[in-house]
Amino acid sequence: MRYLPHTDEDIRTMFDTIGVSDFEGLFRTVPESCRYDKEMKLPPPKTEWDLNSYMAEIKSMMKITPEHAVLVGAGRYQHHIPSTIPAIMSRSELITAYTPYQPEMAQGTLQGLYEYQTLTARLLGVDVANASMYDGASALAEALLMGIRIGRKKKRVAVSKAIHPHYRAVVDTYFAPTEYEIVELAVAEDGRTDLSSLSAEDGFAAVALQSPNFFGVIEDMEKSAEAIHAADSLFIAAFSEPLAFGLVKSPGSCGADIVCGEGQSLGIPVSFGGPGLGMFGCRDKFVRNLPGRLVGETRDLEGKRGYVLTLSTREQHIRREKATSNICSNQGICTLTAAMYMASLGGTGIRKLAKLNFDKAEYLKAGLQQAGATLCHDAPTFNEFAVRFDSDFKPVQKSLMEQGIAAGLNLSGFYDDMDNCYLFCVTETASKDVLDTVIKEVKK
Amino acid sequence: MKEISELNLPEDLRYTKDHEWAKVEGDTVKVGISDYAQDQLGDIVFVEMPEVGDTFEAEDEFGTLESVKAVSELYIPISGEIVAVNGDLEDSPELLNQDPYSGWIVEVKPDNIDEINELLDKDAYLELLKAE
Amino acid sequence: MKYGPGRSGLIMEEPLLWEKGRPGRNGMSIPDSDVPDAQLAADLCGEGPDFPDLSEVDVVRHYTRLSQWNFGVDTGMYPLGSCTMKYNPKINEKHAASEGITSAHPMLDDEYCQGTLRIIYELQNYLAAITGLDAVSVQPAAGAHGELAGMLIFAAYHKSRGKKRNKILIPDTAHGTNPASAALCGYKPVSIKSGPRGILDVDQVRELMDEECAGIMITNPNTLGLFEENIREIAQIVHEKGGLVYGDGANMNAVMGIVDMKKCGVDVLHLNLHKTFSTPHGGGGPGSGPVCVVEELAGFLPSPRVVFDGEQYRLEDERPESIGRMHCFHGNYGVLVRALCYILTMGAENLKKATQYAVLNACYIKVKLKNHLHLAYDRPCMHEAVFSDKKQQEYKVTTLDIAKRLMDSGYHPPTIYFPLVVHGAIMIEPTETESLEELDTFIEVVKEIVAEAKSDAELLKNAPQRFKVKRLDETQAARQPCLCG
Repeated sequence: MRYLPHTDEDIRTMFDTIGVSDFEGLFRTVPESCRYDKEMKLPPPKTEWDLNSYMAEIKSMMKITPEHAVLVGAGRYQHHIPSTIPAIMSRSELITAYTPYQPEMAQGTLQGLYEYQTLTARLLGVDVANASMYDGASALAEALLMGIRIGRKKKRVAVSKAIHPHYRAVVDTYFAPTEYEIVELAVAEDGRTDLSSLSAEDGFAAVALQSPNFFGVIEDMEKSAEAIHAADSLFIAAFSEPLAFGLVKSPGSCGADIVCGEGQSLGIPVSFGGPGLGMFGCRDKFVRNLPGRLVGETRDLEGKRGYVLTLSTREQHIRREKATSNICSNQGICTLTAAMYMASLGGTGIRKLAKLNFDKAEYLKAGLQQAGATLCHDAPTFNEFAVRFDSDFKPVQKSLMEQGIAAGLNLSGFYDDMDNCYLFCVTETASKDVLDTVIKEVKK
Repeated sequence: MKEISELNLPEDLRYTKDHEWAKVEGDTVKVGISDYAQDQLGDIVFVEMPEVGDTFEAEDEFGTLESVKAVSELYIPISGEIVAVNGDLEDSPELLNQDPYSGWIVEVKPDNIDEINELLDKDAYLELLKAE
Repeated sequence: MKYGPGRSGLIMEEPLLWEKGRPGRNGMSIPDSDVPDAQLAADLCGEGPDFPDLSEVDVVRHYTRLSQWNFGVDTGMYPLGSCTMKYNPKINEKHAASEGITSAHPMLDDEYCQGTLRIIYELQNYLAAITGLDAVSVQPAAGAHGELAGMLIFAAYHKSRGKKRNKILIPDTAHGTNPASAALCGYKPVSIKSGPRGILDVDQVRELMDEECAGIMITNPNTLGLFEENIREIAQIVHEKGGLVYGDGANMNAVMGIVDMKKCGVDVLHLNLHKTFSTPHGGGGPGSGPVCVVEELAGFLPSPRVVFDGEQYRLEDERPESIGRMHCFHGNYGVLVRALCYILTMGAENLKKATQYAVLNACYIKVKLKNHLHLAYDRPCMHEAVFSDKKQQEYKVTTLDIAKRLMDSGYHPPTIYFPLVVHGAIMIEPTETESLEELDTFIEVVKEIVAEAKSDAELLKNAPQRFKVKRLDETQAARQPCLCG
């Protein structure tokens, strides 16, 4: 076996040194009653050739192929990933390193994370960002728990129904064994969260909105911040498409206290939903309540600049049950990938790319309306929008799939009042030809 | 780390088994940590303090001290209300390492000043340290 | 130094990203627009982030230089206890990165994604076979996330029986994630002191376990590298009081094909695919922490689950007892692909060998070093051996100094100052992928450092010397946090 270097002679030498005669001697502290008494039921070992054939078979079972144009988003977005990113991010020194607990031999990871934190803070408009969480959904759950910690005696939080349904499901999971209550806020007709009845009497520690929300609708973040702060609650802003902030005002600049969401769009492939990247930031004054790792700048013995993991006393390995979270890992290489993507785009590039995404989505939005579909919401959107069809869209969807286009996500499974409603997503990867094909097929 | 003989333990203070000190100043009591405590903790990087107006029973946890890789709880030596916190520690927690006696943490208005007599004097505290 | 590969370096300087570049440069191709210009309401438009503009070469050189300041498993031996830094096979990377996998969108109907669903289904089955447990969810994104899933299952199970319990037993050798995960579910951890042999004492458990206790969390082998020999008896005590047994599978690499977790009495167990199943650590992640349960608890597993009806793989979402969703989609899917590739490459026979060699390597190091470093518990160890700096104290040399000096010889240091029950712990886990020559060189280096501690302690105090930076000031970093440039 090529991963196992031991020869029979090596093994004998080692047995002699240890003073045992066989492997059984090494496992003598394992009682017979705990033993695995049969062979593990697994397929026989595969060579590289066998494994390649197996994976080829797996791929042949996929009806969605790399050649398909995907006009579905809802939390995972198909963006162009420059070739530089997989080439550099697969370097052994980055990918086979552990958590940088020994900073002197992990300055690459550490400087990379510090740069990620900084670019993320700039993108989201917050003072400080951590070195990442698992994904957007768990980041929102952690943000709400952080809101409860800051809100001290308050035991309720409010969550907009326009937040991704899977994010809300994860929040429900995290809150199930706690004494805290989650209240859902309704969506107004224009597709924005209805905050009109919010008041301090509600006693919400935090109120969470997503923008752009699940329907692609850009919330009125400045007005929301006013209403939420007037109700004496923290404003948590979630997102699933960070590219939006190349065009749309950042959540932090609009007054959000905690900003969290999914960073997959930043150079990470869709990859059946993972790994992605939970981005997480907040105002300076809440930094000691942050979950997750943080990297900070410091100096070495000779005064030279360097980076270390810091403020670790918040974390489980020191504070144990009193930690700000149980999280131990971060998304590591995905974090560096996102930073490399942000650096490759640059300030000029992200404005251009965000505008291009916006323009393309607007083109399809207008085309589908002309083809007879009705917009579900009239507030402005970014990248994604929901439309209602008069007739059954499923046959059209099927026909488009056969033409290599995965178009539209059926919303009836997610919201009671959204039969025949579909969520479309358009990024820079969809050509005008593809969008025209969809429009033509709907017109038929 | 310091040997017990190297520790600075002023005579005019009272001490707790958790290594806080208390000093009566008029009708309030100042509270800090002993030289032994700061020496054991090493470089103190953050002090989490209560708010003025908070009230505690003797031996309640009233804050925490953080070094780079450890957190220790602070316990109040005497029941009462916090009337002041040492704001200098927010930006300069190292004051507790430099001089733990001028670096007080909180000032308490005690419910019953007689509780102070239940605390250890220098000799009793020294005995306790020798036993540890 | 006579030994070790770390004798030279090619260390380039490299500033922070925003200290280089020029406005107007770009580092990636952006398509020209083929659609008309559209307008977004001015009051919603922002200024865009303050990112530096860099060329492709700027970016590529930046990250290449950063990578050269890092040490990985591919660079050399990385004997971090409890982290199982084994070799990360390259074929696994190739398949996880193949376009057929990376382009699969998770919101499409099951019929379009039969291949990607099959990977999950097969991995669920294989992990069940390896642990001896019955049902698996691969949704948790890391070990701690798997622990949280496990504790949520504990809570849901007790709730389903109409009893809310409020405590949980956790040994003092446990990882910090154990009490932190339990606390998220409202359980107050009750610490159990390890017995004199470094393992749990049955009587202690009997004394502490009551009907307020949801159960116990046990890492086996524990973080001292010792097998919890009394696990069955302990499980029986816990079960008799209506509690459940949680197995922290962080150290599964020590027992594949040797120990049947179900026979041990474990009800819920998480695995770390990034430890036992060879997926790369990526400088901190992504990991993956599948949670495995006995049949009786299968209904509580996270949703959705992948099932197979004989013809089609599908996502099953209607599961009334389930604790619900842990992750937006299916967890860190790319990590699952790598772990499956590893299991298929190894097969049962080689997984068991991996375990045997991992234990063999650790025992060899233990025997060879025990006269040089203080051994915390001189008992048969499993996949890791825990030493301490006790013998070096007279020279005022600490575990940290030894660790830093090891770096100068081209080794990543072992895990230090953990487990907490051993003062100045040095926890060495070589893993099975290190050869005898590699172990012998490492052993010689440690011996040399031990000799230096006696003869020239300053060498250790001033280590490391051969990196881009010297020893870093962590106190300053924490006192005046600078987290954003």
